[in-house]
Amino acid sequence: MLQIENLHVSIGNIKILKGINLSVNSGEIHAIMGPNGSGKSTLANVIAGKPEYIIDEGNISFNNTSIDNLTPDERANLGIFLAFQYPVELPGIPMKQFIKTSLDAKLKSKNMKETTIREFNEILKVESENIGIDTKLIKRSVNEGFSGGEKKRNEMLQMALLKPELSILDETDSGLDIDALKTVGQSVNKLSTEENATLIVTHYQRLLNYITPTKVHVLIDGKISKSGDAQLAKDLELRGYDWIKSLT
Amino acid sequence: MSQKTISRKSNISSDYKWGFVSDVNSEIAPKGLSEDIIRMISKKKNEPEFLLNSRLKAYEYWKKQKDEEPDWAMIDYESIDYNDIHYYAAPIKQPKLDSLEDADPELIETFNKLGIPLEEQKKLAGVAVDAIFDSVSVATTYKKTLEDAGVIFCSISEAAQKHPELLEKYYGSVVPYSDNFFASLNSAVFSDGSFVYVPKNTKCPMELMTYFRINAEETGQFERTLIIADEGSYVSYLEGCTAPMRKTHQLHAAVVELVALDNAEIKYSTLQNWYPGDSEGKGGVYNFVTKRAKALGNNSKISWTQVETGSAITWKYPSVILQGDNSSGEFYSVALTNNKQQADTGTKMIHIGKNTKSTIVAKGISAGNSNNTYRGLVQILPTAANSTNFTQCDSLLIGDQCGAHTVPYIEVRNNSAKMEHEASTSKVSDDQLFYCMQRGISEEEAHYMIINGFCRGIFKELPFEFAMEANQLLRVSLEGAVG
Repeated sequence: MLQIENLHVSIGNIKILKGINLSVNSGEIHAIMGPNGSGKSTLANVIAGKPEYIIDEGNISFNNTSIDNLTPDERANLGIFLAFQYPVELPGIPMKQFIKTSLDAKLKSKNMKETTIREFNEILKVESENIGIDTKLIKRSVNEGFSGGEKKRNEMLQMALLKPELSILDETDSGLDIDALKTVGQSVNKLSTEENATLIVTHYQRLLNYITPTKVHVLIDGKISKSGDAQLAKDLELRGYDWIKSLT
Repeated sequence: MSQKTISRKSNISSDYKWGFVSDVNSEIAPKGLSEDIIRMISKKKNEPEFLLNSRLKAYEYWKKQKDEEPDWAMIDYESIDYNDIHYYAAPIKQPKLDSLEDADPELIETFNKLGIPLEEQKKLAGVAVDAIFDSVSVATTYKKTLEDAGVIFCSISEAAQKHPELLEKYYGSVVPYSDNFFASLNSAVFSDGSFVYVPKNTKCPMELMTYFRINAEETGQFERTLIIADEGSYVSYLEGCTAPMRKTHQLHAAVVELVALDNAEIKYSTLQNWYPGDSEGKGGVYNFVTKRAKALGNNSKISWTQVETGSAITWKYPSVILQGDNSSGEFYSVALTNNKQQADTGTKMIHIGKNTKSTIVAKGISAGNSNNTYRGLVQILPTAANSTNFTQCDSLLIGDQCGAHTVPYIEVRNNSAKMEHEASTSKVSDDQLFYCMQRGISEEEAHYMIINGFCRGIFKELPFEFAMEANQLLRVSLEGAVG
């Protein structure tokens, strides 16, 4: 589904990713782990098409088509979803309006009919209950005045409603209490099917107590230094990133 | 059927007469201003003595300050030749075109984007309208509803004939002829406008609209409006139209006066979308307006809401004199400038009575090469014990060639007053755009969404249908500036 070949990325004049190769297939959950500054978030953002990241070399393809020249909205409508590390506040834009616009944009790109308000309210109600998001938040502007945990739950809510083919979670676990962490884990597990895939970018192993990844990759200084199965994450937790660094 | 629909239909009623074209010249005064011209205007309108005298006094005053056109606003324009203006033209509209196909295609495209019904498009573009759409019956129904409630809603010329006592009592009581250069000019030569009187303890049974007027004739460039809400009454008045009106005159100097007596409330909403000129700033209306309200009675309330997107120059400060005890004044504004437009707009809140309260929320959006200034005065006089003001001014910049300025004046002469002032300047951030786009929303759509979010607090003060139109209006006005 996602194919990354020899990807070199820079922002400004700083080289951040230095030759990433990664292949994610349907039905898989991959975890990208690594210390601060290793390029994890850059990888997540460059797949989503954040404009300030420049691809110097290599390419990213999704379902066998290169997406390097696509805008973020085009990528989103192909089924790529990024759960943000720091979701932004959108003052004055009601949650309902935002999520419905987003959902309708996706349906429209697939030449499908937009949801009616009634249909939308129904699915929004169901998913909000699943995620455990306070209905009062739904009435507010997007992320405005939300706590860190509420923002992350909001990302999970949008993920559940948009049903992406590829979900990328950018440090969704950072700053979460244990209950919220559990919700995130459950959301991912619930959404995982044989038709979609998940890429979890994280600093810590703790989210992986709830989610069992198919593969774990360790990113150090812009390169994948080691890949393995779920056990790798547990070893890392015990031995730290210095262990990987000493191997290279 | 909604009120809006009714208004649009009644708007079609035109007093256009075939054959008038030949003697049109006799209905236009020669260019320039003199005492004779003023006497002629007053005579044509068969005005009572006091109005003529008021016009003449205003003219004398204006002549004296003729070289003192105000220059303190942050606007820049070629000087106006006041001798090159016709100060009187018969209020008769004459279609200039045979069909919509003859109209400017760009204009028609804009009409379609705004969702303006075909028949109204014809009227706005100056096309002769089929007599079938002269829906006199609709106008009559609405007129009857107002009459039953005792509400007077007519042109100010008609009021001069039928209700001279009300006019004499209140005309010029809020904006005297000596108020400012443009108000003096207006007081000397005003063409026409609306007159509203809501009797005691009456809630006006419908929202009144200017383009819903019975005598829906061209009001000319010197519009004059007077609204009086008697004790315990309420009225909501809507002015303007989302359609880009290609006004024939470049200078518009209007005066609007509102008076609210004890326990009365007036809500005045404006959508202004006059021709802003082309992208180089050529053409476009100069809009110099004096709008002021007197919250005269105890517990009276005035609320101004404006969405200003048109005109090359906007010079406008809808104000409230809070004279009655416990009276309150509100000003909610969205001013958008694009290309070479210039807006210097804001409000004045003059606190005189005890426990008076004012709220100012001003949102400025600048795009293109435009300049957008908020200018506001909050004055607490010694008599205004326990008064409060809350002011919030937010500016949003689109692109890096535009300007946003905030010029607040605060004068407090009673130390029991509570004042709050908040101001912010922001840009649509790249992070906000990326977030929206990551959710599948196009860049252009994301911009509109964020800008509408910025204006939300103001739009919710507008009557519902007006708010919907305001959303569309921002979109059309910003075309080419975003995405």
